[in-house]
Amino acid sequence: MAERALAPKAIVVYLPTGRCVEHRLQPTDAAAPKNGELMHLILFLIFAGLCLAGAINLLLQSHPINSALSLIVVMSSLAVLYLLLGAEFLAIAQIIVYAGAIMVLFVFVVMLLNAGREDRTMGSRAAKLIGFPAVAVLMALLATVIVRIQGLGAAQLGAGLAAAQTAVETAAGAQDTSNLAQLSQVLFHELLLPFEVTSVLILIAILGAVVLARKTEGDEPAVERTAAK
Amino acid sequence: MSALAHEVPLAWYLLLSAALFALGVVGFLVKRNLITVFMSIELMLNAVNLSFVTFAYQWHAVKGQIFVFFVMMVAAAESAVGLAIIIAVFRARATLAVDRIDLMKL
Repeated sequence: MAERALAPKAIVVYLPTGRCVEHRLQPTDAAAPKNGELMHLILFLIFAGLCLAGAINLLLQSHPINSALSLIVVMSSLAVLYLLLGAEFLAIAQIIVYAGAIMVLFVFVVMLLNAGREDRTMGSRAAKLIGFPAVAVLMALLATVIVRIQGLGAAQLGAGLAAAQTAVETAAGAQDTSNLAQLSQVLFHELLLPFEVTSVLILIAILGAVVLARKTEGDEPAVERTAAK
Repeated sequence: MSALAHEVPLAWYLLLSAALFALGVVGFLVKRNLITVFMSIELMLNAVNLSFVTFAYQWHAVKGQIFVFFVMMVAAAESAVGLAIIIAVFRARATLAVDRIDLMKL
């Protein structure tokens, strides 16, 4: 009896909250966590840890190329987290677009400009006095709101919101098509115009980048100065 | 997708997202290199994307993922233009330290 009482508690430590979790727990109350769930937890912990480590390393490194490489770590682990959340397309797009294209652009610019070590001032006085407390307050506020809404479960959700969520869940269970099919259905039917406008935006961005980065006459001396330095 | 039964509380994903966002803000404030400041902005964008995907999972709403898709596209355009601006600034000032780039005009 004591063990039967202990076993659900062990689950509750890992999933204290979340109304969908409680929902699913009720039929198999005394069952141990299944293999896939444990795997999911382990994968989440590994890649969330990598994410945070990469982000902290980005702050601590003084050379921009090291920061860029740790940002690549962050983005790749975020892709795994997207995969865990069932967003396969976004996971691949994250790797190709962010970890691939954008970060290659960053690394390329760092190398092109021959950016050296930054001189560390660790922020101005205004940043120390206002910025960091403000960031701490922001983080605490976000965490409080998240835990208040997500963490304390269904009781905290408004009744209408909870009903809407169960309706959505049953509807999603009813039509269990692939995520990619749903995504393309919405993207290429309902949101076709914004999608095409995005391509125009990217074209304009490319032209703008070319115009901005084009070498104009008269600023040769600055480049020469850095080359000498 | 349903084979991976979700038993990690979604609040953990959201807390990770909040932590990444806060780290991005700190990087924006602390870093003195123009390119690294720009990287911190990308970090914040990624953090927001993570919470979009989390909510898309929670509500089984595929539109949240489409939002992330558009954010990625706009971020690609933004980084191209931003890095071009950084190159132009570097040409004019011959420095990347944000403390010395404090005037809009030359």
